[in-house]
Amino acid sequence: MVTAMFDDTELRQRAWDVAASVVDPEIPVLTIADLGVLRDVALNDGRIEVTITPTYSGCPAMNMITLEIELALERAGFRNSRVRTVLSPAWTTDWMSKDGRRKLREYGIAPPQAAASRRALFGVEQVACPQCGSANTEVLSEFGSTSCKALWRCKACREPFDHFKCH
Amino acid sequence: MATPSIEVSETPLVLYTLRRADDALILGHRLSEWCGHAPMLEEDMALANMGLDLLGQARELYSYAAQVEGNGNDEDKLAYLRDVRQYRNLLLVEQPNGDFSHTMVRQFFYAVFADLYWRAMMRSKDATLAAIAAKSEKESAYHVRHASEWILRLGDGTEESHGRAQDAIDDLWAFTGEMFAVDDGERALIESAIAVDPAALRPQWLKTVSGIVSEATLALPTSGWMQQGGRSGRHSEHLGHLLSELQSMQRTFPGATW
Repeated sequence: MVTAMFDDTELRQRAWDVAASVVDPEIPVLTIADLGVLRDVALNDGRIEVTITPTYSGCPAMNMITLEIELALERAGFRNSRVRTVLSPAWTTDWMSKDGRRKLREYGIAPPQAAASRRALFGVEQVACPQCGSANTEVLSEFGSTSCKALWRCKACREPFDHFKCH
Repeated sequence: MATPSIEVSETPLVLYTLRRADDALILGHRLSEWCGHAPMLEEDMALANMGLDLLGQARELYSYAAQVEGNGNDEDKLAYLRDVRQYRNLLLVEQPNGDFSHTMVRQFFYAVFADLYWRAMMRSKDATLAAIAAKSEKESAYHVRHASEWILRLGDGTEESHGRAQDAIDDLWAFTGEMFAVDDGERALIESAIAVDPAALRPQWLKTVSGIVSEATLALPTSGWMQQGGRSGRHSEHLGHLLSELQSMQRTFPGATW
């Protein structure tokens, strides 16, 4: 029994570390902790309860993330863990870690920036190319290969690239 | 159809939530019909993405409606096992896709409304509705921008695209009035600060819509006559056809999963 060897704080921390290692199935360089999707890990009557929040309402990765968390915890010896999805407060790209932003860029996806211009109906965004770093880029489509990404193109190196949308 | 429809106890809050859920599901389904048929790949993905956002919003709202109702229904039963007269969506969102202009004008009218609506609903005293609204308004902001850019391109484009965009506006305008209508049950929810009063959104909606439309060198009709019925289950013939496709699997193979 794991519970015999650890006190509650340690158990909770271990469970957090396990849950935090689960990656986004669509962007496997990011963990759910990098993304800010992992909100809380609690220990109730010896049972772990993980709280996550969806990035987008229709994001199909959420079911898979839930399953992956339960599996990871089971493998680490936590029995009957539960994953809860909460909507409030609503997820924002501001919760993405600095480390997460760096990993995204290295993976070839331009990370999200401050969401200040989101409300401007035709606001101009400046997104640096994740390949060559040039700021000479243009948006091709606000909607990309997944809900969270837009499709951009670099006019300097001619490479198309994904941009993780501000939210 | 093989499976009988469920019964839903439509208390004012259940009905209110179902109306929002049905708008999102039906418009999302309409957008999904474009998948593989849009004028270009980027637009195909955009329409599917927006449809997915709407489907996600619908799921949250159906789940909440089922929870409030407390009769053992769930999101799937509410979507797949209600008949056409039990659907409560706006007539606007069930209108066929038509040409690309019709799809975009319908999207534009609805998105501008939904964006204002979700932002107002974030202040609802009902914590779940407020949370769903906070999630949805981030998505609707993108939908507004996308549709607005298309209205400008179509209206201020070629003679052909201008004519088609104007025809779409003229055809769909009569369905916009229903967005701002409420019945007595909804009025009571508005008074207790749970529901949004859509009439309060109308001036801003009109300002945004007419601003983009005139910038696109198009014009809004001057006729004030508006068609209603969807909110109380009186639909155009189009919804039945849509549902027969949307529901066929669960009606034929009840409880099927994959």
